[in-house]
Amino acid sequence: MLSAESLALIDRELAKYPADQRRSAVMGALRIAQQEKGWLATETIEFVANYIGIAPVAAYEVASFYNMYNLKPVGKYKLTVCTNLPCALSGGVNAAEYLSKKLGIGLGETTADGKYTLLEGECMGACGDAPVLLVNNHKMCSFMTPEAIDKKLAELE
Amino acid sequence: MAIFVNGVIFEGVDTSDPNCWRLDAYMARGGYQALKSILSAKMPQEDVIAEVKGSGLRGRGGAGFPTGLKWSFMPRSFPGDKYVVCNTDEGEPGTFKDRDIIVFNPHALIEGMIIAGYAMGAKAGYNYIHGEIFEAYELFEAALDEARKAGFLGENILGSGFNFDLFAHHGYGAYICGEETALLESLEGKKGQPRFKPPFPASFGLYGKPTTINNTESFASVPFIIKDGAQKFLELGKPNNGGTKLFSISGHVNRPGNYEIPLGTPFSELLEMAGGMKGGKLKAVIPGGSSAPVLPADIMMQCTMDYDSISKAGSMLGSGAVIVMNEHVCMVKALERLAYFYHEESCGQCTPCREGTGWLYRVIHRILNGEGRPGDLELLDSVGNNMAGRTICALADAAVFPVRSFTKHFRNEFEYLIEHKKPLVNHKWC
Repeated sequence: MLSAESLALIDRELAKYPADQRRSAVMGALRIAQQEKGWLATETIEFVANYIGIAPVAAYEVASFYNMYNLKPVGKYKLTVCTNLPCALSGGVNAAEYLSKKLGIGLGETTADGKYTLLEGECMGACGDAPVLLVNNHKMCSFMTPEAIDKKLAELE
Repeated sequence: MAIFVNGVIFEGVDTSDPNCWRLDAYMARGGYQALKSILSAKMPQEDVIAEVKGSGLRGRGGAGFPTGLKWSFMPRSFPGDKYVVCNTDEGEPGTFKDRDIIVFNPHALIEGMIIAGYAMGAKAGYNYIHGEIFEAYELFEAALDEARKAGFLGENILGSGFNFDLFAHHGYGAYICGEETALLESLEGKKGQPRFKPPFPASFGLYGKPTTINNTESFASVPFIIKDGAQKFLELGKPNNGGTKLFSISGHVNRPGNYEIPLGTPFSELLEMAGGMKGGKLKAVIPGGSSAPVLPADIMMQCTMDYDSISKAGSMLGSGAVIVMNEHVCMVKALERLAYFYHEESCGQCTPCREGTGWLYRVIHRILNGEGRPGDLELLDSVGNNMAGRTICALADAAVFPVRSFTKHFRNEFEYLIEHKKPLVNHKWC
């Protein structure tokens, strides 16, 4: 269900916690599973739960509570723009509008070719670098002016 | 981007050097000397805590609780495991200082946490890092590896007989996990829903064991306090407001970024350091993260940047996140965005917060869209009064503070919109 590489990474997470507290590793394990699969299908969540040794519902509860887990398929590149107040004051809303126009999709939508999903995000803790864009949760791009957005999109294959 | 003036945590750190975070760079700056001196002198635990108390260090995460006092709450004679936990779950809009600490000077935090572990007799520590700054999390893990290889973490640290290990744990998108008991729940692999207090974490924390949770900046200040002395730290600030503090400035300034300056520095000087106003005259400032009450320009310009001065002006220093707004901001629009945030991030556990945040957002939204009704401002008051102080954690209060302060200081903008169905200020984000 998950690759040997992913399982090895999950084992590394498990080693951080006391032997009787394997549940603590569920956030890391779900993140690793999502990195491999792109999103978390119910079967994937169940697999992770069984691997850790917790009830599937306990893993599902976590996957549905934290908003960086994808419970539905997303585009190859999930773009999350922060539009919270401090970012908005430095162009966060403008960046989201620019992306929406350029990609021809609204917030929360995916392009027809399945390449991009555009989302509005809450505070990423990088307000001084606004506008800020996260690519697939982990790659943070700072100072995303329209020119910088054009350049970034050209890089994403 | 980060701009540092001077201070405690960033003294001597060349943030333009891509290797400034590494162990050898930290050692060259005098790093790990505090830990070595404690271990070689077998400094009594209570002396370490007394030193931190004497420094006047107050929690840098938002509440401003004295750090040394918090450490003294940990049961000294408890026979089982104890933990220290660092809160790097930085998601309070406007705050971005802790990311720079773990990116540019992670070993200051690691050393501070080891010293805390020693002082409180903890066997392990965890640093809970905001999921959105995943690259910073990976870098912090690399710094932990360096510290472990150098013998600063693990069994029998530097031959002292003291054992302590430290790990990183990441969040994955939940503002509420910045609340310390929600953070503990999350660290245990659960939904991040705050716990009822008491019991407090010092008696029932991670895995039910005594636990102390501090902010990144608080822990990272500890090596300086031990090495240079509590008195020197205290003297950097002002009485009851010891030390320097990192201020994250965002919004309408020419040079947003982090500034580490002595507590008590006038706001006007800080604004000047940040390059002054951008795009128009100063209208309002949220001085301590989005949950802190907003202050109009004239009040803010009289303030100094410390816990007591900001509190006297009717707001909070909070996390030190200074959100600056110019005259082109419609305050109804600004408040609507914040109200949406709290509605989105309420964990849903307590009814007044789960329902109330949505109610606040919807009423402000309709006012903004020219559909406000007479009595809406009273309705906002009433909803707020039924939220604040009536929930397990302070998120409800945090959602209400901005509403109360925006409608107090900028009431005319709300009234104008309700009456004329159009805004008084022709809004421009930037």
